[in-house]
Amino acid sequence: MDVLFLSQLQFAATCMFHWIFVPLTLGLSIMTAWMETKYVTTGDDTWLRMTKFWGKLFLINFALGVVTGITMEFQFGLNWSEYSRIVGDIFGAPLAVEATVTFFLESVFIGVWIFGWNKVSKKTHALTIWLAAIGTNLSALFILQANAWMQNPVGFAIRNGRAEMTDPLAVFTNTYGIIKFTHTVLSGYALAAFLIMGISAWHLLRRNEIDFFKRSFRFAAIWGFIASIIVGISGDFHAVEIAKVQPSKFAAMESIWETKRNAEMCLLLIPNAKEECNAVEALKIPGMLSFLAFHDTNAEIKGLKDFPKDMRPTVFPVFVSFRTMAAIGTFMIIVSLAGIFLSRRDKFEDNKLFLNLMLFSIPLPYLAQQMGWIVAELGRQPWLVYGVLKTSEGVSKSVTATQVLLSLIGFTVLYGVLGAIDIYLLVKYAKKGPDSDLSNIINVQGRG
Amino acid sequence: MDISIFQITWFVLWGVLWAAYFMLDGFVLGTGFLSGIIAKNDTEKRVLINSIGPVWDGNEVWLLTAGGATFAAFPTTYALMFSNLYSALILLLFSLIVRGVSFEFRGKIDNDIWRGSWDKAMMVSSFLPALLFGVAFGNIFKGIPMRNDFVNLQFTFEGGLIGLLNPYGLVTGILFVLLFAVHGALYISTKTVGDLSSRALALANKIWPALLVVAVVFLAFTYPATKLYDNYLNAPVLIIVPIIAVVSLILIKVFAAKGEKGKAFTFSCLTIVFVVFTGVTGLFPNLLPSNIDPASNLNIYNSSSSLITLKLMTVVALIVVPIVIAYKIWVYRIFRAPVTEEQIEANQHPY
Repeated sequence: MDVLFLSQLQFAATCMFHWIFVPLTLGLSIMTAWMETKYVTTGDDTWLRMTKFWGKLFLINFALGVVTGITMEFQFGLNWSEYSRIVGDIFGAPLAVEATVTFFLESVFIGVWIFGWNKVSKKTHALTIWLAAIGTNLSALFILQANAWMQNPVGFAIRNGRAEMTDPLAVFTNTYGIIKFTHTVLSGYALAAFLIMGISAWHLLRRNEIDFFKRSFRFAAIWGFIASIIVGISGDFHAVEIAKVQPSKFAAMESIWETKRNAEMCLLLIPNAKEECNAVEALKIPGMLSFLAFHDTNAEIKGLKDFPKDMRPTVFPVFVSFRTMAAIGTFMIIVSLAGIFLSRRDKFEDNKLFLNLMLFSIPLPYLAQQMGWIVAELGRQPWLVYGVLKTSEGVSKSVTATQVLLSLIGFTVLYGVLGAIDIYLLVKYAKKGPDSDLSNIINVQGRG
Repeated sequence: MDISIFQITWFVLWGVLWAAYFMLDGFVLGTGFLSGIIAKNDTEKRVLINSIGPVWDGNEVWLLTAGGATFAAFPTTYALMFSNLYSALILLLFSLIVRGVSFEFRGKIDNDIWRGSWDKAMMVSSFLPALLFGVAFGNIFKGIPMRNDFVNLQFTFEGGLIGLLNPYGLVTGILFVLLFAVHGALYISTKTVGDLSSRALALANKIWPALLVVAVVFLAFTYPATKLYDNYLNAPVLIIVPIIAVVSLILIKVFAAKGEKGKAFTFSCLTIVFVVFTGVTGLFPNLLPSNIDPASNLNIYNSSSSLITLKLMTVVALIVVPIVIAYKIWVYRIFRAPVTEEQIEANQHPY
């Protein structure tokens, strides 16, 4: 195995592992802040107990998100030093801004939130989780703007053997990134809402703390529905943007081989990359694809055959991931809407079928998250910066295959163990349920 | 304005960010690897972890900021420093990951084997970064075997992990470990009360002579091993920087011996900052020299970003860094009181 392949594998593995924890952090931070605000404004102790219970799961998850994030920043220099040298003038800035503006906010105030329960006033305490949540969410903006530049490079010129920033405003307000930010961050809210609904369902099935978990469920159902709708709408915008600026990715997402106008959408489709065609095309909706991509049924969609073979992404994983993600997204809109109505009924805890459905739905948004990144990153190949720099040109030259193989094995073992422990702890504390003794809750002195 | 003003500004900021990181994470790392030596029982261990708990995460961000600043301001240095030191930095990364989760995971399961394992993990994963950062900076001061052709953009590295473990690198590594040990012990003594605090202070007093010896060896060894003293010979006024470092180092002992732990800790902060400044002042204008070909040195002129990026980053840093410092001071004030065993034992919560 060569350095390039191993480096790609390592980047994918560490990125996807990092992304198990990030979406929940994005969503649960804001929701916990919301719960604590409700407690401060209403004085209702159930909100405090909710803050503590869901906040605890947030923290167990948060820890791994933070430590695996260090890998992300180091890895550009470690494994992709040519990339870092060539585009660092543009790509480095959002990363540095992210660290200075948002990581401090998130990390400093999360410390106050955990340890400051009886050291600062109630209002100040609620403010600290808001600041941490805002820091977390804003950090996504900067890192996704950095990623958006790789997808749709803007505001630069090639000079002195590298890409140099010419228009910072264009880089930081890249439309591609703003759509991606909306789509990604809201998908984190939806994921967190589904986790809350799923865990609440588990407890309701066992008749634990019925009021507590009904309220949690109702709270999360609204978040889940609104977030899922926005994820769907921004996803549509995102596809339009991709069709415009990354035609080869769009063609792979939809498995389109021939360029055509008035392109139909096949609800059932199986690609055959070898023959450069689709093995199965059925249930066609005429003009639908052209309409989705350009909001015009007569628009021309570029097919994969328009691109040289070595300039196309691998169709199958991109296509399957895109379809799976879209299907899960649709499912989430429907069941969260059902959840809003069903959870308002009197005997909601007796609705075994729906509660079980919600419990077993917990992994689905996680799957959709990973699929989304597969579409984004595999769909960009063979480009590292779309149309500017190929992935093979970005890899470190002084690093050997043995070094990367060893570090990859190290990451696999370390992340495997930590991931298993974290999931075990999340399950353990989720099953344990909220603390019943309020004095104990308020009197927390931190960790250790 | 001329680009060199911004290049120099970012060189200074680069040094300040590293100094701030080592000053702040230095006591967390020191507390981490001394925890098994100082704490006698589980409650004392929890006191130690709770003394760094509210701040460790925010302190570690200075590392990300230093790394991010290197990337944004000097991308060529970031690219070659990280890829050329690959194996050492991967080890460092693994240690920092384990260190971070050890604080969080330790108390989550009520079981002695579980806690004992995380205690050991915490000690090892706090010790290794201290050593590895020292070894890395020793090699940065000394220069690494690389050949860089900035015209044809060909960059080659002729070293490896074993080459980094040269005597000068190891001396710098030991210097960092001892600096952080004294720093951590003094932090513990200021953040705890009673017997635990006295034991930590006694330990700081005990380690200090070893630190002094290694510091003298480091300063002497720096002359033959590096070119750091060239700048001091050209501009003797700069000698004030290492003098402040040495005076602070001595004042640590003066105050620690008298039991004035707050002042001793303040001077150990200053010592770390000025040790970093001593090295960085000697490096200028280099960020990462080559020890086989002076034309291959990575300096602020041949590795910096463009004027636009440097300006943008300067504006961001000027606005944001003072705000960060302000709220960090506020947070340290909230948690200024020492952590006591009573507080820890009164808390039945499984944290």
